[in-house]
Amino acid sequence: MKVSIPQPLRGYTGAEEVEAEGASVDELLRDLDRLYPGLRFRVVDERDRLRPHVRVFVNRERVRSLEQPLREGDQVQILQALSGG
Amino acid sequence: MADPDGAPALPDAARGETAPRREAPPLDPGRHAEITPRPGLALLVGTRKGAWILRPDAARQAWSTEGPVFLGNVAHHFCLDPRDGQTLLIAARAGHLGPTVFRSTDGGKNWQEAKRPPAFPKPSPAGRQRAVEQVFWLTPGHADQAGVWYAGTAPEGLFRSEDGGLTWDGVDGWNDHPSWDLWAEPDDLEQSTPDGSPLHSVRIDPRDPSHMYLSTSSGGVFESLRAGEDWRPLNGGVEANFLPDPFPETGQDTHHLAMHPQVPDVLYQQNHCGIYRLERPGERWTRIGDNMPKDVGDIGFPISLHPRDPDTAWVFPMDGTDVWPRTSPGGRPAVYRTRDGGKSWEGQNAGLPAEQAWLTVKRQAMAVDERDPVGVYFGTTNGNVWASADDGVSWQCIAPHLPHVYSIEAVEFAS
Repeated sequence: MKVSIPQPLRGYTGAEEVEAEGASVDELLRDLDRLYPGLRFRVVDERDRLRPHVRVFVNRERVRSLEQPLREGDQVQILQALSGG
Repeated sequence: MADPDGAPALPDAARGETAPRREAPPLDPGRHAEITPRPGLALLVGTRKGAWILRPDAARQAWSTEGPVFLGNVAHHFCLDPRDGQTLLIAARAGHLGPTVFRSTDGGKNWQEAKRPPAFPKPSPAGRQRAVEQVFWLTPGHADQAGVWYAGTAPEGLFRSEDGGLTWDGVDGWNDHPSWDLWAEPDDLEQSTPDGSPLHSVRIDPRDPSHMYLSTSSGGVFESLRAGEDWRPLNGGVEANFLPDPFPETGQDTHHLAMHPQVPDVLYQQNHCGIYRLERPGERWTRIGDNMPKDVGDIGFPISLHPRDPDTAWVFPMDGTDVWPRTSPGGRPAVYRTRDGGKSWEGQNAGLPAEQAWLTVKRQAMAVDERDPVGVYFGTTNGNVWASADDGVSWQCIAPHLPHVYSIEAVEFAS
């Protein structure tokens, strides 16, 4: 499925949209990490929690759990919400 | 690959990806200036918005500024490996994307992210729910242990690399110590590091790589005689005036611990509650800050030691009265030097602003070089770097407009 990559993570992917696979958001992030090493740890910490300023959306709905299932054709967006000065 | 829970990497496969696989993230040239490696003295400056390298002329009077490196990333600590004079590590936080370590093995020309940055093991449901928020401190290992580095983090984790910073593992003897919850303050992270309580000041005894010290800002000083496998507090005589027992076994707020490189039994610390000195095997620190001028006080963050004379040290006092402004007392900045192990202190302010200069210098933002006379350097939260080429007697601003300075290291690149 297609995954939209935010600008701060394009240093890993080299592209703003990439293809990856997974039956859940967690599996998708692991697949992305296999393709683009280091990317997952920028999105999820070692407790498997999304980092505070990172948001993942599936078909424009915000992901609350990494266990959320995915289906073929889902559109996944990873976004970063910046704050601070 | 950053894969803290150990998931194995799959072999390359045709996945139909729309971008090619890379082994390591490339650098965005828009965020990095070209660094031309050169031998000799340099200052490595870590800031809230990236890292810079300052290089002097032969007299250490004219300085050039190279950078930025990793513009926009927090650079808590920027260090050179003295064992090869070429490998550079930056303890970084990639914006909101979490902690990491950046690494160059060619003096800063090319950079790579650590494949496995410091991270706690994935916790069990009943275990400590910890995640590294900041990689804060870096210490090269013993001279005989090429490639070994230590990193301190917030919350207070200790990590070790054996491959020059490429991959990192936790030092279980600290991270899983039964008293860790007493020595650390993991819930203090709302105070964004470098405030709050990171693990810092990892010191390796040059006579014995198994003999180590470290500090935390909520536990004090700790010593290990077994390469980090076990730790014990070393806080005798150090005040903690914010606790019911003002002289507890642990709980002190060490801001910076320094070990003399040639006389490693001599330790100094700039503490939240003053300046202290300890000669091992002694166990009880002496508050040498009591000998500072009373209108200046002995509160501050950094302390730097003369590279050859264990009785000479420099501090940068800040106002610790009332609500703790933590700026130069009276708006009149001065470095203070002792040459007799803290029995007496002298202010050194020639060239520094005479008034209305409310400077703050963070715990890693003061350094000395190994030249004679000694060069002394400090960086401020308003982005100045100041240098003295004469043991701190006179000062000049050598970089006036950097971001908030977090750290300075004076290093010698190899030829």
